[in-house]
Amino acid sequence: MGALSIRNVRKSYGSQDILKGINIEVEDGEFLIMVGPSGCGKSTLLSMIAGLDSVTSGEIYIGGRMVNHLSPKDRDIAMVFQSYALYPSMTARQNISFGLDIRRVPKAERDQIVERVAQTLQIQHLLDRKPAQLSGGQRQRVAMGRAIARNPILFLFDEPLSNLDAKLRVEMRTEIKLLHRRVGKTIVYVTHDQVEAMTLGDKIAVMRAGEVMQFGTPRQVYDDPANLFVAGFMGSPSMNFIPSEIVTLGGGIGLRMVSDGVTQVLPLNGAEAKLKTYLGKEVIVGLRPEKLTHKVDALCGMPHIHVIQSLVHVAEPTGPDTLLLVRINGKDVVCRVHPDHARAHGENIELMLDFSKVAYFDPQTELRIA
Amino acid sequence: MTAAQAPSIGKAASTPGGGLLDWLEGALPKIVVAPTFISALVFIYGFILWNGYLSLTSSRMLPNYHFAGFIQYATLFANERWWTALRNLALFGSLFVFGCLAVGLFLAILLDQKIRAEGFIRSIYMYPMALSFVVTGTAWKWILNPGLGIEKTVREMGYPHFNFDWLVNPEFSIYTVVIAGLWQSSGFVMALFLAGLRGVDDSIIKAAQVDGASLPVIYWRIVIPSLRPVFFSAFIILSHIAIKSFDLVMALTGGGPGFSSDLPATFMYTFSFTRNQIGMGAASAMMMMMIVVAVVIPMMYSELRRGRHD
Ligand SMILES: Nc1ncnc2c1ncn2[C@@H]1O[C@H](COP(=O)(O)OP(=O)(O)O)[C@@H](O)[C@H]1O
Ligand SMILES: [Mg+2]
Repeated sequence: MGALSIRNVRKSYGSQDILKGINIEVEDGEFLIMVGPSGCGKSTLLSMIAGLDSVTSGEIYIGGRMVNHLSPKDRDIAMVFQSYALYPSMTARQNISFGLDIRRVPKAERDQIVERVAQTLQIQHLLDRKPAQLSGGQRQRVAMGRAIARNPILFLFDEPLSNLDAKLRVEMRTEIKLLHRRVGKTIVYVTHDQVEAMTLGDKIAVMRAGEVMQFGTPRQVYDDPANLFVAGFMGSPSMNFIPSEIVTLGGGIGLRMVSDGVTQVLPLNGAEAKLKTYLGKEVIVGLRPEKLTHKVDALCGMPHIHVIQSLVHVAEPTGPDTLLLVRINGKDVVCRVHPDHARAHGENIELMLDFSKVAYFDPQTELRIA
Repeated sequence: MTAAQAPSIGKAASTPGGGLLDWLEGALPKIVVAPTFISALVFIYGFILWNGYLSLTSSRMLPNYHFAGFIQYATLFANERWWTALRNLALFGSLFVFGCLAVGLFLAILLDQKIRAEGFIRSIYMYPMALSFVVTGTAWKWILNPGLGIEKTVREMGYPHFNFDWLVNPEFSIYTVVIAGLWQSSGFVMALFLAGLRGVDDSIIKAAQVDGASLPVIYWRIVIPSLRPVFFSAFIILSHIAIKSFDLVMALTGGGPGFSSDLPATFMYTFSFTRNQIGMGAASAMMMMMIVVAVVIPMMYSELRRGRHD
């Protein structure tokens, strides 16, 4: 059995259901990300894993042991909080060794552990300072040090980077990833930031309103989103959703795309079977911005590549790419174009649609069709 | 003044009456504060100086201004009753201050456990603070009176040998003042601590729970140390209440039996105004002030210096 197993876990406050049957399995040494918008219940679930909140129903196993009724101290976990939660009247050293002290680790061993942890996190020079004398990033390190020192089998992180400025956040993100590789322990990491989720996670659980919308590797979640919510939530800029009618094309069916008055019917590339029942109806075509680029002649013959003409409404240079806003089927669509091939607003551009990773969604159920 | 007047001349020409208004706007804060400032200057610091001088004279029933050196201080410290008052102050002061801190903190921690009807209970604890010390003293005089209060009630409940005569026992009378003082002031200290406890970040307590600390350890090692500034404020407020305690003793024991529950303040009052020893009264008042200075100033100094470094 894996490091953490969450089985059909529910949480209600009174008549309000906060978590509606969560199932997650994490293998030993894996980095699990729980990502979702604010208020979807991520922190609540993490608190329940930690034992700080009671479980309404369902079971939580840590290292194969059912922990529903164990208190936090008996679960062999460590937690890093969004607000760092350092003990204000203690120095960084005392903060790190507090948990060891409580567990009656001898003083000599304790000092050794603090020394080692401080070295790992490069905070040796901060050990005798109080939290009030530390910057946000330094507090973050001390808080992580406190977690590492205890050497638990499971680490819980609740939005640990969200109080840091953008530059420091990117730095710490890399550091956490390195730390995970070095320590090799299982980590459950909560964030509302999909970039953090993609970069850090071995597995991602995308949550909405107390439900796991999809659980898988970053690639699966990104390339094969299970529904409209996951498709729209992961990735920045988000996936384009183009409502398109399924019409007949030759002997089979195709997608009708209207861009600036020009109508084209594009073939479906292998999704015909699943979309047959939608003939005459509308589906939502999900296409990521990086799959709508300037025309590259060498690729044009390939079956999943289609070319359409469009008028540029807005051009937003970001540096490495320029984002172009065009209109297809009456929707604003973002395309990611190399700056050398970008056009200014008001000009026409020939766009290449790469359908190799296209996703089709049912507009009613919001589920993936193909 | 000159700065406020200068623009008023220029503006008076353009807007009639505006000059006066402008001047008033600049001067109003000063005018409003002036009476308080002047009266504080005269009635506090002026009188301290006057009292200081009186303590160096041979004044008896009426003040006189013949310099007599430290003779009043010498007689004061030769007086057995003054020593009783000082001993009582040490006893009452420490029991009252530390008792209030302990009881207040304990009540605050209990109330912090998310119990029901918290607002109601909090008000109950706070109400004694709304009473004057005279009312508290009088009420407790009845409660502690052996012929009326606790002793009589318990005896009537069937324990005829029950004894609780501290109020009329010279050895214990000062402790009745401690009891009444505790009853009056712990609720207030509790409110101070409760505010401090509410300011402790919830996730700090969660972090300590995950670290494996039990609730008493969390309070003892994390929460209470972080209340240091509250301890400081409460200590300052309580110690100055203790040192200048007068009305409570007057209403409760009148300093008696004999002079067994005298405090410096009641001593000062008795000697200045009923015993015609104004010089000695003034000397005792100066000593009280020095006690306040000796207790409070070093604490404030060390705490404020700490505060800047933290
Ligand atoms: N003690 C509580 N009582 C009632 N509702 C709560 C309580 N704690 C959290 N909630 C609700 O649970 C939902 C999820 O909260 P939370 O887990 O903090 O969200 P997230 O961490 O994903 O932003 C929120 O809608 C919040 O209002
Ligand atoms: Mg949260």
